Amino acid sequence: MHELGITQEIVELAEARADGRRVRKVVVEIGRLSAVLPDAVRFCFEMCAEDTSVAGAELQIIEIPGTAKCRACAGMVALDRPFGRCECGCTDLEWLSGEELRVTQIEVE
Amino acid sequence: MCLTCGCSEEDGAVLTDLQTGERFLMHDDHVHPLGAKSTEQGHTHSHGHSHSHDQGHSHSHEHAAGHDHPHTHEHDHDHPHTHDHGHEHTHSHSHDHGPAHSHAPSTLHLQEQILGKNNVLAERNRGWLDGRNILALNLVSSPGAGKTTLLERTIRDLGGELSLTVIEGDQETANDAERIRATGARVVQINTGTGCHLDALMVSRGLKQLDPPANSVVMIENVGNLVCPALFDLGERAKVAIVSVTEGEDKPIKYPHMFRASEVMLLNKIDLLPYVTFDVDRCIAYARQVNPRLRVISISATKGDGLAEWYAWLRAQRG
Repeated sequence: MHELGITQEIVELAEARADGRRVRKVVVEIGRLSAVLPDAVRFCFEMCAEDTSVAGAELQIIEIPGTAKCRACAGMVALDRPFGRCECGCTDLEWLSGEELRVTQIEVE
Repeated sequence: MCLTCGCSEEDGAVLTDLQTGERFLMHDDHVHPLGAKSTEQGHTHSHGHSHSHDQGHSHSHEHAAGHDHPHTHEHDHDHPHTHDHGHEHTHSHSHDHGPAHSHAPSTLHLQEQILGKNNVLAERNRGWLDGRNILALNLVSSPGAGKTTLLERTIRDLGGELSLTVIEGDQETANDAERIRATGARVVQINTGTGCHLDALMVSRGLKQLDPPANSVVMIENVGNLVCPALFDLGERAKVAIVSVTEGEDKPIKYPHMFRASEVMLLNKIDLLPYVTFDVDRCIAYARQVNPRLRVISISATKGDGLAEWYAWLRAQRG
């Protein structure tokens, strides 16, 4: 259940950037290959935000799909789990997206 | 409960030095020495505050008045400030122009890495270790795969050749650290309480207490868990995943993040293969599907099979 700690980090980052102002909305990007479950983050958010300037803020999660490039044939591969196989049969893939785990926007009063 | 700041043992991870018997309560921003009884009055209380701010500002620490119990209270004002958030400000600008009187909402565009704080601390650990030419490995597995047994055996076999020390991670008890101490190796135990993994801050404090000698090897035995430790860089040279043949052979594909993050997979307890249904080839195929570059070494930490290859890999990492 690392999402609890992750969500605490999200709240702390938003609070630090808001610099005393009330936070109305937090936008985070979570990649599909990041090993972080968006639902678990949503579940933890309200509790983590309690008694902070982020309390009551809306949480928007943007899920980023996983994509990779085959190291053998340079073909593009879509990944919905942290491994996959290129059409050429190769499993040695260079991940291009899907590992995102970042706060991209906050809306403050 | 600590009478100075009101925190309790349940609030943080606990670091135990098996050699000195000292115990410390680790919070995000400070460390308390713990007595045999943490409620005891007349204790020494030192704060090592570690603040991370992205803008310079002043802060003050207030403690409840009325400390009429005898205690010494030291503030360590060596604040390791971390200003590097390990991210790029591609669009980091604010739209509010006026002073704080404006009530118009504004949107701040950021690129803040959520694990940035841990990653910065992990890089600091890595630099600290590099500077002393210390090889640190992060041992990860399910509970019961044989991490502690492997460490006991490795210390006994290589103790004359390498200086090995250990940071033990478990939710509770110092049982594993006691087993390591019995081998004669220096060890500290981190109890994460409700936490399910070690993080870079815990390891930083563990290293400080462990004080490993230059040119040595530090083995970090993570909390038995194939999920969360994959996400937390500790500053180690490599993660070593351990799977045993008493588990399912599909562990690598069930917990792919961990096997992708690891450089080596040790397949342990192979002496039990005659008694269990475990398809070694299929396990390795799953592991390679997740991580084609994974090095696989089959071992028995109790009987000694395959350990020569593990030791050869270990020596090679010291370069």
